Amino acid sequence: MADVTLTVDGKKFTTPAGTLLIEACRAHGIEVPAFCYYPGLSLQAACRMCVVRIEKMPKLQTACTTTVAEGMIVTTESPEIAQARKATIEMLLGNHPLDCPVCDAGGECELQDMTFKYGAHESKFVEIKQHRDEQQWSPVVFFDRPRCILCYRCVRVCGEGMDVWALGVQNRGVGSVIAPNRQDHLDCEECGMCIDICPVGALTSGAYRYKTRPWEMSHVGTICAHCGDGCKTTLGVRRSSDGMEIVRGDNRDKSGINGDFLCIKGRYAFDFANREDRLTQPLIRQAGADLRSVSWDEAIEFAGLKLREIRDSKGGSAIGVIGSNRTTNEEAYLLQKFARTVLATNNIDHHRTADYPAYASALSGKSEASLRDVGSARAILLLGNDPTEQHPGLAWQIRTNVRLNGARLYVANHRLIRLRRQATAFLQIRESNYAALISFLGGASPPAGAQNAAAFRNAVRKEESLLIVFGSEFCGRDIEALLKFGSTLPSVKFACLGDYANSRGAADMGLYPDLLPGYVPVSAAAHFTEEYSAGLPTQPGLDIMQMLDAAERGELDALYVVGANPVARYRRNGTALRDTFLIVQDMFMTETAQVADVILPAANLYEKAGTVTNTFGDLQLVKKAADRAGVRTDFELIVRLAAAIGADVKKLVPFGPRGVHADFGQARGAQSGEADRHGVWLSAHHLEPRLSPFDPFAIFDEIQRLVPAYDVPRLDLLTGNDQHLRSELVQIEKPVSRPDLVLPSNDTLFTSGSLGLYSKTLHSVLEARQPVETAAD
Amino acid sequence: MNTQPTLFSPALAARFDKLVTLYPIKRSALVPMLLYAQDEVGYLSDAVIAEVAERIGVSELEVRNVISYYSLLRTRPLGKYHVQVCTNISCMLRGGNEILEHCKKKLGIPSKGVTADGLFSLEEVECIGACCWAPAAQVNYDFHENLTPDSVDEVLADYRAKAGNGEKK
Ligand code: SF4
Ligand code: SF4
Ligand code: SF4
Ligand code: FES
Ligand code: FES
Repeated sequence: MADVTLTVDGKKFTTPAGTLLIEACRAHGIEVPAFCYYPGLSLQAACRMCVVRIEKMPKLQTACTTTVAEGMIVTTESPEIAQARKATIEMLLGNHPLDCPVCDAGGECELQDMTFKYGAHESKFVEIKQHRDEQQWSPVVFFDRPRCILCYRCVRVCGEGMDVWALGVQNRGVGSVIAPNRQDHLDCEECGMCIDICPVGALTSGAYRYKTRPWEMSHVGTICAHCGDGCKTTLGVRRSSDGMEIVRGDNRDKSGINGDFLCIKGRYAFDFANREDRLTQPLIRQAGADLRSVSWDEAIEFAGLKLREIRDSKGGSAIGVIGSNRTTNEEAYLLQKFARTVLATNNIDHHRTADYPAYASALSGKSEASLRDVGSARAILLLGNDPTEQHPGLAWQIRTNVRLNGARLYVANHRLIRLRRQATAFLQIRESNYAALISFLGGASPPAGAQNAAAFRNAVRKEESLLIVFGSEFCGRDIEALLKFGSTLPSVKFACLGDYANSRGAADMGLYPDLLPGYVPVSAAAHFTEEYSAGLPTQPGLDIMQMLDAAERGELDALYVVGANPVARYRRNGTALRDTFLIVQDMFMTETAQVADVILPAANLYEKAGTVTNTFGDLQLVKKAADRAGVRTDFELIVRLAAAIGADVKKLVPFGPRGVHADFGQARGAQSGEADRHGVWLSAHHLEPRLSPFDPFAIFDEIQRLVPAYDVPRLDLLTGNDQHLRSELVQIEKPVSRPDLVLPSNDTLFTSGSLGLYSKTLHSVLEARQPVETAAD
Repeated sequence: MNTQPTLFSPALAARFDKLVTLYPIKRSALVPMLLYAQDEVGYLSDAVIAEVAERIGVSELEVRNVISYYSLLRTRPLGKYHVQVCTNISCMLRGGNEILEHCKKKLGIPSKGVTADGLFSLEEVECIGACCWAPAAQVNYDFHENLTPDSVDEVLADYRAKAGNGEKK
């Protein structure tokens, strides 16, 4: 659009025609107060706080609904405007309880700020204020009517933004009131968007209300520990008797790939971290006795010696390792390095939720989409999955793009998923027909039973640029075929959906029996052998099913499980593992931990630093927010275990004030001095050099070197910006046909694998919806 | 067209089937539909709200939002004859308040009340557009103007008699 030039408060600037005056002002550092206006939502013009004086216009105008015009001369602050705003606030305060000292919003309330700013301290109203009791609408949402200033942000964000439409406005005038969709309670997604968008304390959350005051918390921006979308969440933490407890999750940092969004899990399901029944004492079981708590040294020594004994007597192939979907990249990487170099085994795997190896090899040379791309793509083809339930952040980006930018969405699914409401075209196919769908898109005849398939295909193929998002309905050859079809289109990007916070990282970091980090086959380990200055096993190891089977047959001597619950996930009988020496590193006494010989209490993703990769290949920094006495990070535990086995820790994690060059730079051949780069880089950026082998960043250098897709600008990453992997640059050998073993977790909005079971909030929502069966299965 | 079971008479159901096709946006049919439904059923019961929401394709919450906005739409049953007495400025100046008080006494109910026999309900309302003949009252859809306490008695007696005849109006 053409540009116009206008003058605001004497400042002349140029801005695209069609911009709202309020946005133009904000973009040029002029703050216009606003209660009802919210970027990205429909205009309401309900509050009159944004009034400004525009020359040649008779009355004060609302900056939130006025578009800029050529030659416009605007004043945003004057005695007249201040008086108008003061009067507005006086009206808003007419029934307002002014209970700021106890209100959750006190200290970060927009109404409070404005009242201070415009000095609306007295009131001409003599009427008695109308009081209404607070109402609980759902386990998550509470409503305090007298505090509401009727800005309707909540109504709009729930309807337009979430497409849930659970909030409405009843009555009119001063009697207007926000109402939930089930008369006295809510039936909704419990996302908390309405709560966080409320400028005052009228909507509050069950998780946080009356717990603390905003200024008593530290706020740490980190990445959600739940699904594969990797939303940025800001955790409010406060000192507690045994560490730092998380009291709030919100989205004050809107710079993340999720924009305004968080679902219930990112916002409220941090509560697993605060549970009383967390493991905080190492436990061991000796000679068939009960578990007993011991010191860290004793537990690690016990585990280490036993592993060494098995390795030395029976070889690494007698030991298995199961990694996690929720540890950091550094931890996953270290775990595979530990398994391969210290335990000398390729028996390593994790619960796979998408066939990333097939995707990575099919992708080479093609582009992968970041979650950010979903928000701006012109057209999106969504095949399989139900993002509303399984990838809420993705669903938000799709809806927002369709709503604000008119993006076209094509959905093919075997279920009637909610996102079909946003779709330009929806194609229902049978569950068994996803492969047939690809051939159909490529030109073959339509899959049986699909209606209007031809029109769907024509529309998709007419798109000049397309983003193809597919779920775990696609594995192996189907992924290959899909990407091949995609590359016949003019411009296309792909996204492969896996389930958990670092499922992608676990795959990228080589938690596979046959693949090293970066999907390098174990048979072609030469490069790694040189890096690790150690021989690596070159035969593929046992996959997760084979390991569990072998353990049940009594043929696996030891199993080291890090942040996973295979007994529950694969519905195994725990007692069948009794002949296997089982080390479990976890937060809770899971079904797997119950049968362990050694239990090492681990920290969760909110209690450590590192990086994670979401399913779109967005690499992000995880910051340590909380702390719990008695737990250690998985990184530290792996290092300690390696030391107890007798491995050279410096070989495992290059650390020290000047890296490792003094110690074994020579041995690293062409890479001599490389491990130093981290130290050099740190001092170049005036950062502390790493002195500890427990510092995960000490190993990041190695990851960047060995997994070329991870070679992204590090300063940007460390300052908290998401960095998209450079997957397209990487050529990956096509893996020989291998079982994909993908087991989708089919989580819903209110479940999150084993972790979800430990969230009281998620549990209370499920309970409120229907009595939850208590049988643990 | 609509083969779903309906709460409404066949004639009204048919009318609704057509009504939703008349506007570029289906939602525009909401207020007329509510009015007609109220005339037939007497008030907007939960079942009526559910069916209207279904017919228009909006949530029940949205239907309730609209109902609560308009005072002429109601979610509780009223008397067979709903007496609406205006006390807005013209009527007030010409004795509207006295008329209201008289009605209250005569019917033995407060504003928004319903008589025990369900025959009458009473409501104090804002201007009903009959200022030229103030004070005025509206009973269902009929206007009664230039009221005095005596003429109010007559009006009420007429309705009572009609009810005895089994007539609706
Ligand atoms: S929690 Fe989310 S879905 Fe529920 S009412 Fe609020 S915005 Fe709507
Ligand atoms: S509850 Fe909050 S967001 Fe909703 S209208 Fe009231 S003040 Fe605005
Ligand atoms: S969408 Fe996924 S990543 Fe985002 S807040 Fe929800 S669970 Fe966390
Ligand atoms: S922000 Fe403009 S009227 Fe509310
Ligand atoms: S004031 Fe009573 S009808 Fe107008």
